[in-house]
Amino acid sequence: MSTSVTASPAKNTAPRLRTPRKKHTPGKPKRNVLLTVLMALMALYTVVPLIWLVINATKTQSGLADSGGLWFAHDFALWDNIRTTFTYHDGIFGRWLLNTLLYVVLGAGGATLLAVLGGYALAKFQFPGKRAIFAVVIGAVAVPATALAVPTFLMFSKMGLTDTPWAVIIPSLVSPFGLYLMWVFAAEAIPTELLEAARMDGASEVRTFFQVALPLLAPGIVTVLLFTTVATWNNYFLPLIMLKDPDWYPLTLGLSAWSSQAQTIGGDVIFNLVITGSLLTILPLIAAFLFLQKYWQSGLAAGSVKE
Amino acid sequence: MTTLQPPVAAEARPAPPPAKRDRRSWTGWGFIGPFVAVFALVFLAPIVYSIYLSLFRNQLIGGNQFVGLDNYTRALQDDAFWSAVGRVALFLVIQVPIMLGIALLVALALDSGRLYGKSFFRITIFLPYAVPAVVATLMWGFMYGTKYGLVGDINSAFGVSLPDLLSPGWVLASIGNIVTWEFVGYNMLIFYSALRVIPTSLYEAAEIDGAGQWRIISSIKLPAIRGALVIATIFSIIGSFQLFNEPSILRPLALNSITTDYTPNFYTYSLSFNGQQHNYSATVAIIMGVITMIVAYAVQLRGMRKGA
Repeated sequence: MSTSVTASPAKNTAPRLRTPRKKHTPGKPKRNVLLTVLMALMALYTVVPLIWLVINATKTQSGLADSGGLWFAHDFALWDNIRTTFTYHDGIFGRWLLNTLLYVVLGAGGATLLAVLGGYALAKFQFPGKRAIFAVVIGAVAVPATALAVPTFLMFSKMGLTDTPWAVIIPSLVSPFGLYLMWVFAAEAIPTELLEAARMDGASEVRTFFQVALPLLAPGIVTVLLFTTVATWNNYFLPLIMLKDPDWYPLTLGLSAWSSQAQTIGGDVIFNLVITGSLLTILPLIAAFLFLQKYWQSGLAAGSVKE
Repeated sequence: MTTLQPPVAAEARPAPPPAKRDRRSWTGWGFIGPFVAVFALVFLAPIVYSIYLSLFRNQLIGGNQFVGLDNYTRALQDDAFWSAVGRVALFLVIQVPIMLGIALLVALALDSGRLYGKSFFRITIFLPYAVPAVVATLMWGFMYGTKYGLVGDINSAFGVSLPDLLSPGWVLASIGNIVTWEFVGYNMLIFYSALRVIPTSLYEAAEIDGAGQWRIISSIKLPAIRGALVIATIFSIIGSFQLFNEPSILRPLALNSITTDYTPNFYTYSLSFNGQQHNYSATVAIIMGVITMIVAYAVQLRGMRKGA
């Protein structure tokens, strides 16, 4: 982050990796073994299903049936499973992966862009209707998403958008939380005097935004982008309603289709592919969270900054 | 739970600081216009359309007919709807306190500075948030199974017979476990972020006054993060009332236990997409939306008043 950003929320956020906060107490608190053991039990609870997933992705369909869940079967079929996952049914899994990427790039990318522009406007401009926008957007967060699902489907269907990628992308473009986070972030990170100075020098609003404001917003943008990406990557309900053609499915919908295929009469039982596909679906997001830790943690904490 | 649940770290405070009154003009609209346009298309228009739909009935003969509030009277007397509401209310009353309680304890433990390997625990417990509800439900669904699953392993290893976790008596608790697993780390992170911004000088002052750790937690930490607690509670309530993904994905494994009207959301989905009853489905969704907003609003009022 730029050193000139003295008011940046990220400065106040403790959970950054390399800038430990001052000790809680005058004396250093004693490490507690019992507390650590209890915490380890909790961590075990969150991790066991993931370990189960990794182990079982190495098994064949028959290995799944006759070996214990938390240990390997005789045959180690991970590479086979990955290959079959990508080749089964003419490589439809690869197609779902590309669809998911498309929805993420356009949906989450677009949502972040709209949130950054809107948050900047709310933080740095006075304009007619501003209060109304705030009230309506915050109120909308409380409206159950599914109350909107059926009418949105019917509307989109009249507009000829259902069963096209747009039916998934357009609703993903609105992230009220992203807007809120960018608003708080922009208010803290961009000194109004800096904008005034740019305007005095004759810069247009567009140029002021791109050259002065945007660089200061970078940490907030990364956080919003990461969380809208998770929302889009994990989206299930919206595509379930909007899409009939398996060629446009995202990974989530494809996996659930593979899983329920075993229940239909004469359906191919491919639990090994469901498990391997699940593993392949979560790896990119887990990697993103691990590598971008310091960004999203500081960005999340930005919402908790005391004023 | 729901993919649209926004990740909120924000404390429930009135609003961010108002912008300086630099210039009151329409320039801001140039920046917020695109957001407002899409928002109107995917939020406002469907709400209005939903209300319109709920006032009509589509009949084979006669087509679309205006029926006033008939759909609402029907919904208020619909046993399937109310038993679904009762089910999510039961879920809410048990699952949400367990999940938020664990999340709070973990956040306090992380914040205490008394743990070995703190950052390992923080990221490990948060990880399930990155796992799609579909994958989480498939994993747990397999593990619950008496045939391939861990339950089956335990049964044969110890010669016991654990109850079938997918049977009608247990399946709601099994869904509760999946939802808890998915969101405990996310809520923990919200509480933890809020704890981290408490000024350390408060702890120092309290210690000088002779306060112990429990006293510091009850008198400083919990009041300081009340806003975060209220927000997390509200979003968990909304999530419970919207429950859909987990039961719908678990259904193929538990056909006898999970009906297509298992939750209000599942009911509206089935009415609309299997039954073609779009008008009635919109009505049920509106009633559920109103119930959700009333409960969320009541919790917010109560949470904000307590000790304020």
